[in-house]
Amino acid sequence: MTPDHAHQKAGGGGEGTLPQAWGGPSYELRSSPEGDGGLLEISMGPQHPSTHGVFRMDVVLDGERVVKLKPVFGYLHRNHEKIGEGTTYLGSMPYTDRLDYFCSLTNNWAYALAVEKLAGLEAPERAQYIRVITAELTRLQNHACLGGFLLQDMGASGTPLMYAFREREKILDLFESLTGARMMCNYMRFGGCRCDLPPGWLEQARTVVAEFPKFLDEFESLLNGNEILMSRTQGVGVLPRDLAINASITGPVLRASGVNYDIRKAEPYGIYDRFQFRVPLGDHGDVYDRYMMRVLEMRESIKILEQAMAAIPGGPIMDPKAKIRGFRPKAGEAYGRIEGPKGELGFYLISDGSPNPCRYRVRPPSFINLTVLEDMCLGHHVADVVVILGSVDIVLGEVDR
Amino acid sequence: MLGTGILKGMVETGRNFLGSYVSEDRLVTVQYPEQRIPRQEAARSFPFLVFDGSDPVWGLRCVACQICEKECPPKCIYIIKDSLRKADHIGKMQFQPRVFDIDISVCMSCQICVEVCPFDAIKMDVEVDFSTGDRFGGLLMNKQRLAKPNSYFHKIHPSDASEVDGRLAADRLKAQAKAKADAEAKGKPAAGPAGKSFAVGKAGTGSA
Repeated sequence: MTPDHAHQKAGGGGEGTLPQAWGGPSYELRSSPEGDGGLLEISMGPQHPSTHGVFRMDVVLDGERVVKLKPVFGYLHRNHEKIGEGTTYLGSMPYTDRLDYFCSLTNNWAYALAVEKLAGLEAPERAQYIRVITAELTRLQNHACLGGFLLQDMGASGTPLMYAFREREKILDLFESLTGARMMCNYMRFGGCRCDLPPGWLEQARTVVAEFPKFLDEFESLLNGNEILMSRTQGVGVLPRDLAINASITGPVLRASGVNYDIRKAEPYGIYDRFQFRVPLGDHGDVYDRYMMRVLEMRESIKILEQAMAAIPGGPIMDPKAKIRGFRPKAGEAYGRIEGPKGELGFYLISDGSPNPCRYRVRPPSFINLTVLEDMCLGHHVADVVVILGSVDIVLGEVDR
Repeated sequence: MLGTGILKGMVETGRNFLGSYVSEDRLVTVQYPEQRIPRQEAARSFPFLVFDGSDPVWGLRCVACQICEKECPPKCIYIIKDSLRKADHIGKMQFQPRVFDIDISVCMSCQICVEVCPFDAIKMDVEVDFSTGDRFGGLLMNKQRLAKPNSYFHKIHPSDASEVDGRLAADRLKAQAKAKADAEAKGKPAAGPAGKSFAVGKAGTGSA
C-alpha cells in the first residue's frame, strides 16, 4: 500500500500526519524498516467476534503493528442512569442486573450498599453472609468464564471455554434455585436479601465449592504451562504500575500491575473483615499476569466461601426498618462501592427525599479499565489487541450502560 | 522441554474425552427439546394473576390498586379499574380490574410486581414457551390469559402457595373475629376491618 492510499483511507489530513478528526495529538507517519510505511485504518467491531459484544476499536496499523487505537463505545447504551432517576429505588434494582450481566449479584450488592447508606439501613447477619456467599460464587463463575474467553481469544477454540461453562452452569443452578433466575437474579434488597436460602441449598453449594478446586487444577494443567500461551501472553500488553494508578484502574487488572489494592481489604464492606484471604499480586502487568490473577483469585474466593459457609448463622434476612412500598430515603447523598469481579463497582446516589433518586451514577469498572487499552496495545500486533482486550475483562452492558 | 506444556494439556483433554465414556458425571448436557432438566421451584418467567375458586373473573384476587403498574420498572402493566365492585378474600368490597394487560415483550421478569402486591394477587409463572409470530397481539397478555387458578399456583410454587394460603386464611379469621366483635359492640354488622396490608397506597381507598 502506498502512503497516498493510506491518506485516502484515513480521510485526508496533512502530509505525514493523521487527520485531526481523531481528536488526539496527530501521529507522525514513519516508515518502518520492514514495512512499506503505509498506515491502514481498521474498524474492529462492533460486530467483530472477539470484541466481547458491541465494542468498536478504530485501529491504525503500520503493517501488523498498532500505532493508534481508539475505543468507541455506546452501541449498547440503554440510558441506565436516566432510567434510574425516573424509577423508584427498588425499580432500579433489576436494571443493575443488566449492567454486568455475568455478575448480577455483585451489582445488586453495590447498589443495595449505596441505598442502605442513604437510608441508614443495615442488613442483618445472615443476609450479610448470604451476600458474601453469592458474591464470591459470582466471582468464581466470572473469572472462570473470563479465563475461558481469554484462551478462546488466543485460539484455544472451545475446550477451555466449555470446561469453564460447565462449572459456571453448576453455580448458575445454585443461583436459580435461590433467586429464581440464572443471570438476572435481582436478589438483594435494601436492608437484606429478598428470600432466605431454600432448604438444602447450602449443602448443594458446599458440594459445588468443594469440587471447584478440582476444576481449577484441570483448567490450569490444561493450558498454564503451554508454550503457545506463554509466548502469546508474557510481555504482551504491559500496563505500567504508575499508569494503572493514574488512570484509576481497579480490580484484577490493577493488581496484576503490582498494586495492592482490593476494596475487600482496603475498605471492607459487608463482613469481609472477618475472613482470612490473601490478595494475589502480579509482577509484570502483562496479559499473563492478568490471566493468572483471575486463577489465583478464584482460589482465594474458595477460601472465603468455605469460611462463610461454615460460619453462616440463622436469623432474619431483612432489616425490620426496611420497607418495600413507599420507600423514601431522606435527602442526602451516598456512594456505595464494592470489589466486583471486574474492579471497583460504585453507585453514587443523591436523594431529595422523593421516591426516585435525584441523581444516579454508576462507576463501572470495565469502562474505566478500558481507558488504558490504547497504552497497552501500542506497538503490538493486531492479534495481540484481541488478547489484551480479553484480559481487561469487559462486559459491554456495563461499559455502555 | 519445548512442547511438554502442550502435551500436558492434550492429556487433560483426552482424559475428559475418554472419561465421558465411563463417567456419567462428565456428560452434563441434555438433548433439550426431548429431554428437560427438572425445573427449580424458585424459577420464574412472567407474571400471572391468581384467582380463587373456579370463576376467573369474580375470583380474581386483584383489586386494581395499581401499585404494580406504578412500581413496574419497564412499565409493562396497564390497568383500568372497573366500576363494579367485588368481595375480596375477607369479604370486603373492592374494585376489580376491567382491563389488566401485561406486555410480556417488555416485561423483564424481575418480579417486583409480586413483591409490591399487598393482596398476593400477582405471582410469577414458570411457563416460557411463548414464541409467536404475532409480536404485538401474541405477546400482550390480557386479563383472560393472565388469570390462572390458585391450584395452578400450588402446582408450580408449592411452598410459596401454602404460605400465601395460610396468610389469607389468617386474615379471614381475624376479619371474622373483628366483624363479630364489632357486631356485638354496635349491634349491627360491620364491614371488614382495614388490615395492615390495606393501609398502603391507593389500596386503602378501596372502601371509599
